[in-house]
Amino acid sequence: MDEKKSLYINGKKVLIEGEKNLLEIIRKAGVDLPTFCYHSELSIYGACRLCLVDVEGRGIMAACSTEPQEGMKIKTTTDEIRQIRKISLELLLANHAHNCPTCSKSSFCKLQEVARKHGVEEVRFKKIQKSSALDYSTYSLVRDPNKCILCGDCVRACNEIQGIGAIDFAFRGSDATVLPAFGKDLSMVECVDCGQCARVCPTAAITPKSEISEVWKAISDPTKTVIAQVAPAVRVALGEVYGYASGEDTTGQIVSALRIIGFDKVFDTAYSADLTIVEEATEFLERKTKGEKLPIFTSCCPAWVKFAEQYYPDLLPNLSSCRSPQQMFGSVAKEILSKEIKKDKKDIVIVSIMPCTAKKFEAKREEFIKEGIAEVDHVLTTQELARMIDQAGIVFKQLETESLDMPLGFKTGAGLIFGNSGGVTEAALRYLYEKVSGEKLEQFEFQEVRGNESIREATINIAGNDVKVAIVHGLANARKVADKVKKGLCDYDFIEVMSCPNGCIGGAGQPVTFDVKTKKDRTRGLYEADKKLQLHKSQENHFVTDLYRSTLEEPGSHLAHEMLHTNYSARRRVSDTEIQILNGSAKEKLEISVCVGTSCYLRGSQDLLYKMIDHIESNNLQDRVDVKATFCFEQCDRGPSVSIGGKVIEGCTLKKACDEMQNALKK
Amino acid sequence: MMTDTQTMSRSRQFSKVCEILERYSYDSTKLIPILQAVQEEYRYLPEEVLTFVATSLNLSPARVYGVATFYSHFALQAKGKYLIRVCDGTACHVKGSVSLIEVIQEKLGLDEKKRTTPDMLFTLETVSCLGACGLAPVVVINDEIHGQMTKEKTNALIDEIISMEKSYVPRNN
Repeated sequence: MDEKKSLYINGKKVLIEGEKNLLEIIRKAGVDLPTFCYHSELSIYGACRLCLVDVEGRGIMAACSTEPQEGMKIKTTTDEIRQIRKISLELLLANHAHNCPTCSKSSFCKLQEVARKHGVEEVRFKKIQKSSALDYSTYSLVRDPNKCILCGDCVRACNEIQGIGAIDFAFRGSDATVLPAFGKDLSMVECVDCGQCARVCPTAAITPKSEISEVWKAISDPTKTVIAQVAPAVRVALGEVYGYASGEDTTGQIVSALRIIGFDKVFDTAYSADLTIVEEATEFLERKTKGEKLPIFTSCCPAWVKFAEQYYPDLLPNLSSCRSPQQMFGSVAKEILSKEIKKDKKDIVIVSIMPCTAKKFEAKREEFIKEGIAEVDHVLTTQELARMIDQAGIVFKQLETESLDMPLGFKTGAGLIFGNSGGVTEAALRYLYEKVSGEKLEQFEFQEVRGNESIREATINIAGNDVKVAIVHGLANARKVADKVKKGLCDYDFIEVMSCPNGCIGGAGQPVTFDVKTKKDRTRGLYEADKKLQLHKSQENHFVTDLYRSTLEEPGSHLAHEMLHTNYSARRRVSDTEIQILNGSAKEKLEISVCVGTSCYLRGSQDLLYKMIDHIESNNLQDRVDVKATFCFEQCDRGPSVSIGGKVIEGCTLKKACDEMQNALKK
Repeated sequence: MMTDTQTMSRSRQFSKVCEILERYSYDSTKLIPILQAVQEEYRYLPEEVLTFVATSLNLSPARVYGVATFYSHFALQAKGKYLIRVCDGTACHVKGSVSLIEVIQEKLGLDEKKRTTPDMLFTLETVSCLGACGLAPVVVINDEIHGQMTKEKTNALIDEIISMEKSYVPRNN
């Protein structure tokens, strides 16, 4: 029999139970080592040098990158270690912007906390870095390089969790800095606004962008009716800020707080999540019957949608055309309320409270702004709501609970579990089961789609038909599944994708936490909230049924499509990236661009480009044309794409290109 | 106005980049030799070409940018036709390299920040030791090494290049 291995931490015997590094085992033993660059979800980096321990016979080493071994004798605090940590902290603070009282991360900042705990009371070193400009370019995030401590957490989160790499280290030594490609603004590169970088950042080098002042302004404007919609994941996390246990449902307190703040109505995004299920499941059934555009991918996660637009343009037809619950809510609420309270849509201000930073981007997508009127005007994260509650002087813990407004505050448990990874799938199954079988679903929980693993699959039999589902969280995993779909290596019917680990409850807008257990508690909180409700299936939401009766007619109707659906288009990853090939000297030149992006390249666009240049040169046309190699005309499935004088030719051949050139040059 | 040689070279350069990528079998672990080869071709690493290289190798452009900015060998800005490198290592410094730098800066209207002339003819860089200390002070123009330089000799050398460039008339067709 295997004897259990153990080691000694500060003289106490501790069993080694599969921990991969000393840090985990020391924390298990109840000693909190400080870290900046260690996250159990990310690879080990060993850069911050704070988790130092003294291993007898081996000296001082970083606990995060040392493997536990039988019989090790470890001291977690010695004079030497404390001194080294203090100097490391002082050095980090030397170059850090010292505006803590006005910093949005103040009191949640890990650097602040660790420095305080270690008694750093003065910084003896001089600042050497010049200050850099802040990046406000995206709707979702603010980058402040002056607060970066180069722990690399954001870089690894973007690479490892999301598989994107929109930011990375650039330059060297004392010039080293974390930047988007070419030092561009974040909005100009492939960032999908998920904010996982901000979630793991120990300081305020990347933070969610605040819309608090805009919301206060709307609230104090007497001509505006200000409506709140609260996303499921918010209610099981906001309480953390005020001493409630994570996962505790604080919907009632949130409603009271929002009313005190000055919102005219408080509704629930879980209502429109129910509506989403009715539309999305109907869409799925239609596709399944016709056997087309399968598997269907969910589309409620805006970061995933942007990711798919950038990396999987050929899978876009597979994405559900349903808008996300946030956008469905905005569209429906403005329509209904403008009639009900006889107010112009522009004077109804919809504010979403979301666990998510990408929702800020989604609300500003041009598809969702019609004639200058946005369906959703402002998006606040859970963190921002907490700040508004504080600004209003509300003592959250003392609030009486209040109920949501009707009808758009009514939801079933199906809408509520949207905030968990697997929730959308489960809600859809609850609908599909009854719709397809015609039988009542008694046991409404589908345990087989729940769980923590980042890629899960299940086969559910509904009235003799197997429905194969896959559930993914983290875009790096979504990439794996999408690649399998593209190669035809799987036969899923339904794929749920959430960008953030464990779904929306792990969103970047949620209260800052570095405790992995928090996410589990929030997940459990939503499943429990579902249990406590009377209704658990979206089709039982009679206010949704009413909406169809009064306005939308039936699921998938023409009007439903107009109000609740959207479409997607391929998107460039990095802006301003054309390679000049020929630059003619004539005053009026014919603009020619040949796509050399991945899809077009595979379809032979490079070869086509050379042949076109040969043709241009042998006909002596080089002065009259401008030729560029470019990325993406957003028609990747029909490449190679060539644009001649603004006209895009799909499936271009040399002959087609030459004919079009001749035509255009004649003019 | 673009000359034929230049337009020709642009399309040739792009096909060369594709050739380089193919030569390294689109292997992302060969990023550094690929960037070196691309820089040989363009004499620097243009942004759009780096993006193309990144996309072709399945790397994020930010990662490729990170590598390109880490090594001082890689240049992200276009350099002049003549790259003047003045050695400012210990030996050259003692032998008066600073005065050579000043002469060149004054003559070409350059300074610490402005390193390339607007006509893209000259770029001035300082390097720390070329290992030719016996010839100090050393000025290298493109790949040609000029040892035991004086202010006068440096001046003359640049004049010579300027007059040679003036008499050069690009052939048309």
